[in-house]
Amino acid sequence: MNNLLVADSVSKNYGDFRALNNVSITVPKGSIFGLLGPNGAGKTTLIRIINQITMPDTGQVILDGEPLKPEHIQNIGYLPEERGLYKSMKVGEQALYLAQLKGLTKPEAKKRLKYWFDKLEIGDWWNKKIQELSKGQAQKIQFVVTVLHQPKLLIFDEPFSGFDPINANLIKDEILQLRDEGATVIFSTHRMESVEELCDHIALIHKSNKVLDGKLTDIKRQFKTNTFEVGLQTNAIDSVTNAIKEKFEVFPATFKNLNDDVKLNIKLNGQETSNDLLSFLTSKAEVHHFVEVIPSASDIFIQTVKNN
Amino acid sequence: MNHLPLIIKREYLTKVRNKSFIVMTFVSPLIMVALIALVAYLSQLNKDKDRNISVLDETGVLSQIFVDKEHTKYIILADTSLETAKELVKAKEDFGLLYIKKSSDANTVLESVRFYSDESPSLTIMSSLERKIEKELSDAKLLEDGVDIEMIASSKININIAQETFSGEKTSKVDSYLKLIFGGAAGYLLFMFIIIYGNMIMRSVIEEKTSRIIEIIISSVKPIQLMLGKIIGTSLAGITQFAIWVILGSILVFVLSAIFGINMSELQTPQQEMMNQAMQNPEVANEMQLAIQSFFNLPLLNLVIAFLFFFIGGFLLYSSLYAAVGAAVDNETDTQQFMMPIIMPLILAVYVGIFTVIEDPHGTVSTVFSFIPFTSPVVMLMRIPFGVPIWQQVLSFVLLAGTFVFTVWFAAKIYRVGILMYGKKPSYKELYKWIKY
Repeated sequence: MNNLLVADSVSKNYGDFRALNNVSITVPKGSIFGLLGPNGAGKTTLIRIINQITMPDTGQVILDGEPLKPEHIQNIGYLPEERGLYKSMKVGEQALYLAQLKGLTKPEAKKRLKYWFDKLEIGDWWNKKIQELSKGQAQKIQFVVTVLHQPKLLIFDEPFSGFDPINANLIKDEILQLRDEGATVIFSTHRMESVEELCDHIALIHKSNKVLDGKLTDIKRQFKTNTFEVGLQTNAIDSVTNAIKEKFEVFPATFKNLNDDVKLNIKLNGQETSNDLLSFLTSKAEVHHFVEVIPSASDIFIQTVKNN
Repeated sequence: MNHLPLIIKREYLTKVRNKSFIVMTFVSPLIMVALIALVAYLSQLNKDKDRNISVLDETGVLSQIFVDKEHTKYIILADTSLETAKELVKAKEDFGLLYIKKSSDANTVLESVRFYSDESPSLTIMSSLERKIEKELSDAKLLEDGVDIEMIASSKININIAQETFSGEKTSKVDSYLKLIFGGAAGYLLFMFIIIYGNMIMRSVIEEKTSRIIEIIISSVKPIQLMLGKIIGTSLAGITQFAIWVILGSILVFVLSAIFGINMSELQTPQQEMMNQAMQNPEVANEMQLAIQSFFNLPLLNLVIAFLFFFIGGFLLYSSLYAAVGAAVDNETDTQQFMMPIIMPLILAVYVGIFTVIEDPHGTVSTVFSFIPFTSPVVMLMRIPFGVPIWQQVLSFVLLAGTFVFTVWFAAKIYRVGILMYGKKPSYKELYKWIKY
C-alpha cells in the first residue's frame, strides 16, 4: 500500500450548492501533497471531510487501506486555516487538554510537550495565557498541538500565515523533518513559492471539481512550452532580431543581467531541439544567457484556473 | 472515543476559575444581603420620622379620637378660622392640616373633610385618618339609631374552616402556604437557573467560535459530545455557585442580624403577615403543631425525586437550545432574535405557575401546562407539593425526556453546522436548511 490517503469520487452538497463534485485524490505515503485552488473552490470542504468534521454525500475516503472511521482521528493532525486557542486559558493546560482529546495520556502528553517546547524554545510560555502571546507565538503552540500525537497524516491549511520569515522557515524545516520521519503531509496554501519549495504532488480544485493533479515535475513537463529565454550581445540588434523572428516564434522577455543585451523568449516548433536553437544563435551573436522556461506553480495555477 | 469527562472537566474548571465568576459567586450574596439590610434600615428610618398633624375640628366631637402615637403627634386647634389655621400650619412647617367642617348631619360632615399639606400625603397616612373618622362616625350613627355597640362586637364571628382530605389527612391554611412556598421556590429556582446558566452556555459556545478554536476541537471530538460536555460542565459550575450562594447567604444573614440587630422578619410580605396573624390566633396555635406535622406529611420523597428529574430535564431541554443559538450566531448582539422563542415559554410557565397553580393546582389549565414539555418542568414542580398522581408525573417526565432527546438532536444539527459558519447572521429559514445538511 503506497498511498496513505485515497479520496474516491467524493461529492458534497450544501443545500443547492455543490461544494465538491466527484473529487478523487491520491496522496502517496511520505509525500508532501499540495492541495491548491482559488478561494471557495472546495478545498476546506475536502479537508473537513478527511477530518470527519463533515460527511461526504457520496464517495468514500480511505486512510491507510481502511475506510475512514472515528478512531482515525488519532492518526490525523489538522491545522485549520481559521484557527485560534482559548484566549484566557494557560498555554500548558490548553496544550495538555488538546493532546488528551487526541488520545494521548496526560504524562505522555506532558513529556512530548516538554520536548517540543524546548525544541522551539518556548518553554517559558507554559504558564502564560494565550492572550498574552503574539499571533505568531500562538501559531507556534497550534503547530505543536497539531503534530504532538505523531499522526500519520498531517494537514496544514495555510501554515505560514502570521509567521515572520524566520519562524516560517523554522516551521518549514519542521514540516520537512516530520516528512522525513515518515509522516505524510497535505498542504493547502495560496503561497505558490512554498508549493514550489515543498510539494512533491499537487492537486488543483476549481469550482468544486478537480482540474489537475499529479507529480509536480510531471505537471511542469506537461505545461512546458519549449520556450527558451535568451540574452544576446551584438552590434546589429535589429538584423539579428529579425533573423531570429523569421525562423522562430519570438516574445519579449524581461530578466536582469549585467549587459545591455537583446532579451527574447524564443519558442521552438516541434522539430527543433534546444541545440539547434543554440547553434543558430551562436552563429548570429554572442550568447550570454540561455535558459529553458519552466512554468512555475503559479503559472500553472493561473493558466489552469483561467482555462476552466 | 469518549472524551466527555475531559470536556466536562475543562468546562467546569474554566468556569469556576474565571475571575468574574468568582467575584459574582462571593459578591452577589453580599450585595443581596446589603440590599435587604438597606431596605430594612430605610423603612425603619421612614417610620422614625416624627409628623405633626394639626386638626381643626369645627364639630368638636371628633377631636378626642386623634390620640398621639409614637411618631405622629396631633395638635388640636380650636377657635380659629380655616385660613389662619392654614397659615399657622404652614409657618410651623407641620406635616398637614386636617379640617372637619361644622355640620349638623353626619353625612355632610363626611363630604367636607379636607386634608391640606405641602406634599401629597402617603396612602397609609390617609387611610389611617379615614379609618379613625369612619369608625367614630359609624359608632355615632349606630348609637343614634339605638344599636348596642357592645352587642355588635360580641356577635362578630371568626371562622377557620378545618380541612381534611377524604383519606383522613388533616390540612390547614398554613399547610397550603407551605406547599405554595415549596412549589414556588422550586419552579422559580429552575427558571432562574435556566436563564443564568443557559446564557453562560451560549456565551461559551460563542467564545469558541470567535476565538476560532472550534475547528481544532471538532477535528478531535464529535460536536454533540462537545455540546453535551459544555452543558453538563456549565450546569455543574452553576450548581456549585448556587450552593455557595445559599451557604454564604445564610451565614451572612445570620451574622448581620446578630451584629446589627436588624430583625429580618420585620420585612414582611403580605403572605407572611397572614401567616403570623394566623399563628397569633390562639385557636390556630395548636395548628402549628399540625403544620410541622404536615411538613412531614408533604410528599417529601416524591418532592425531592421529582425536583431532581424535572430540574435536570428542564434545564437540559432549554440549555441545548441556548447552545444551538450560540452556535448559530457570531456575537452576542445577534442572539436577540433567537432568544424570544426560548424565553417566552419559560415566562409563560412561571406566570401559569403563579396564577393558576395557586388558584387551583389540579385545574385544567395547570394540568395541561404541567404536561407541555416546555412549561412542564416549572409548572409541575409547583404542582407537586399539592399532590400529583404518580402516573401524571411519570407521563409528564416521559414527554419531557422525549422532547429533550428531540431538542438535543435538533440543537446538535444546528450546532454542527453553525460552529463552522462565520460572518453572517442566519435567518430562521437558513437554520431550517442546516438541519437538512
